[in-house]
Amino acid sequence: MAQLELFFQTLISGFLLGGLYALIALGMALIMGVMRVINLAHGDLMMVAMYIAYGLFIFLGIDPYVSVFIAAPTLFLFGAGVQKFLLTPVMKVESILPHNQVILTVGLAMVLSNLATVLFTGNYRSVPVKYASSAWYLTDIWKDSPIELSLSMPWTLSFVIAVIITIALWLFLSKTDTGKSIRATAQDFDASLLMGVNVNRMRMLTFGIGSALVACAGCLFVPIYYLYPSLGRQFTNVGFVITVIGGMGSTNGAVIGGLILGIFESMTASYIGMGWAPVGRFAVFVAVLVFLPGGIVSILRKWRLGK
Amino acid sequence: MKKFLPLIIFAILVIVPLMGLSTYTMHLLILVLTWSVIGMAWNILGGYTGQVSFGHAAFFGMGAYTSGMLYLHFGISAWWGLPVSIVVLTALSLIIGYICLRLRGAYFALATLALGEICRVTAENLVKITGGNMGILINERTWVEKTWFFYIILLIAAATYILIRIVIGSKLGYCFVAIREDQDAAESLGIDTTFYKTISLCLSGVLTGIAGAFYMNYMGYIDPSIVFPLFDISIVVVMVVMIGGAATFWGPVIGSIIMVFLAEVIRSLPYIGAAHQTIFGIILILIIIFLPNGIVAGNFFKFLTPWKMKWRQKKASL
Repeated sequence: MAQLELFFQTLISGFLLGGLYALIALGMALIMGVMRVINLAHGDLMMVAMYIAYGLFIFLGIDPYVSVFIAAPTLFLFGAGVQKFLLTPVMKVESILPHNQVILTVGLAMVLSNLATVLFTGNYRSVPVKYASSAWYLTDIWKDSPIELSLSMPWTLSFVIAVIITIALWLFLSKTDTGKSIRATAQDFDASLLMGVNVNRMRMLTFGIGSALVACAGCLFVPIYYLYPSLGRQFTNVGFVITVIGGMGSTNGAVIGGLILGIFESMTASYIGMGWAPVGRFAVFVAVLVFLPGGIVSILRKWRLGK
Repeated sequence: MKKFLPLIIFAILVIVPLMGLSTYTMHLLILVLTWSVIGMAWNILGGYTGQVSFGHAAFFGMGAYTSGMLYLHFGISAWWGLPVSIVVLTALSLIIGYICLRLRGAYFALATLALGEICRVTAENLVKITGGNMGILINERTWVEKTWFFYIILLIAAATYILIRIVIGSKLGYCFVAIREDQDAAESLGIDTTFYKTISLCLSGVLTGIAGAFYMNYMGYIDPSIVFPLFDISIVVVMVVMIGGAATFWGPVIGSIIMVFLAEVIRSLPYIGAAHQTIFGIILILIIIFLPNGIVAGNFFKFLTPWKMKWRQKKASL
């Protein structure tokens, strides 16, 4: 019974983690889809958002969940600015080395994480919210359940908010004109240019939205995680592993990939060992590259064709 | 004159240790040469074949750990790591090539980045084999003086330079450049792109690994965060090549001279020293925007191009 309890506990906490991972990967997948650029500064943008939330909590006492509304617009402007003033000019530069823009985002990541180290020192910090250690139990709801599960309150709350944001993004992309233009740009750049889509504006918007999404994820991570300046790299890795699992630039794939990775990682952590969780992450990555190069999206497409 | 330039530089470098320079200067020179080797190795894959790798720390660290583990487990001199790392690195490159080379463009870069991280985490966790975060320490150093270390790395660098010259001048090199310029076109001309990319990766990996094995012998201590880091090795290699000039023979050398001395100068500044990565990042961004082909590639003297063109036309008409 204890084995089963452990299994379900791991599964559920992996699921919650996966929901948050999906939010990180969504932004990356959007940017990937529209600009064909992997944003290697993604995790560092998240780190910036986390420090914003931290600062707001310490100095003004604003709850991290509320600071989503402050951090996300800030990062939106920042991301749009990066696209406008750094990435767009680089597209015109002719060079021998390909992927100049990817290398540029690496430079950005270096600057952001190092500046954070200089400004906030390398210390690990956490936000002491009151509800940090509260939890709810399965027996609270279902009196005579055979197994006992406990879930931390902030984890659940973060997961629910992440789901709401994901649904909002889905509505934006599928119902509004701007969202449709973004998807058109991702599908076929030249065709959408011919159809009168302002492609450069869409790029700016996409980078902005991607940064805002990862800022939301950062704020949601603040109550449940600790923050330190070089945490960006870890989440950049998570982001691009999920983008590859899901299929390059696909938002549906990113959500499913996020959940898979979350569950897999928490399984490795509880059955093999904490230190091996990153190895598990990359093992999934390599396995997907070798056995399923198109990602989950290729399976989804196959099923649709089968009908 | 230009033909003999490499020989002249080599001759000067052979005399350098006899001039009685301070140990610190010698250390910097050794670092410059090590970085030149890594930069030239990266250049084969990134500059000539067009496959940008963000994971060269994996090869570097693997070379270093090969010689470190030979010392730790078999009790033989860590210098055996130089020849042994050729075998180990060829195997590693073939594995990495099998996984990564099916990917194109930015995805290849990402896959190599991930593999570099895999190597680091594995080295951290396999405590019994690698010593984990404790690292490996060589207790008895071969020489205290830097002279012989300098000559050894000078030989390695010279051999690397000659090897690259031969490879790039041969059919192999033309295949590499063809793949860089247009992979589909190269394939339609009958070039087995995967095969040539694998060769390029093996060459690049083995040379980087030898540099790593030398580093182990020279520094005497390694741990995963010294030889497998993303920013301090994988990205710095890209910067070394980008500053100097991708797909040039001398680019990586010039780049490593600039990078090593820049790093020393910036780190020694009183307040800015802590922010050296910020400055590196800004330099990287500026290079990408203003000097995308590096110093050696000639864009540096862009303002001269109109005159150059005129001169060339005159020469052609004569």
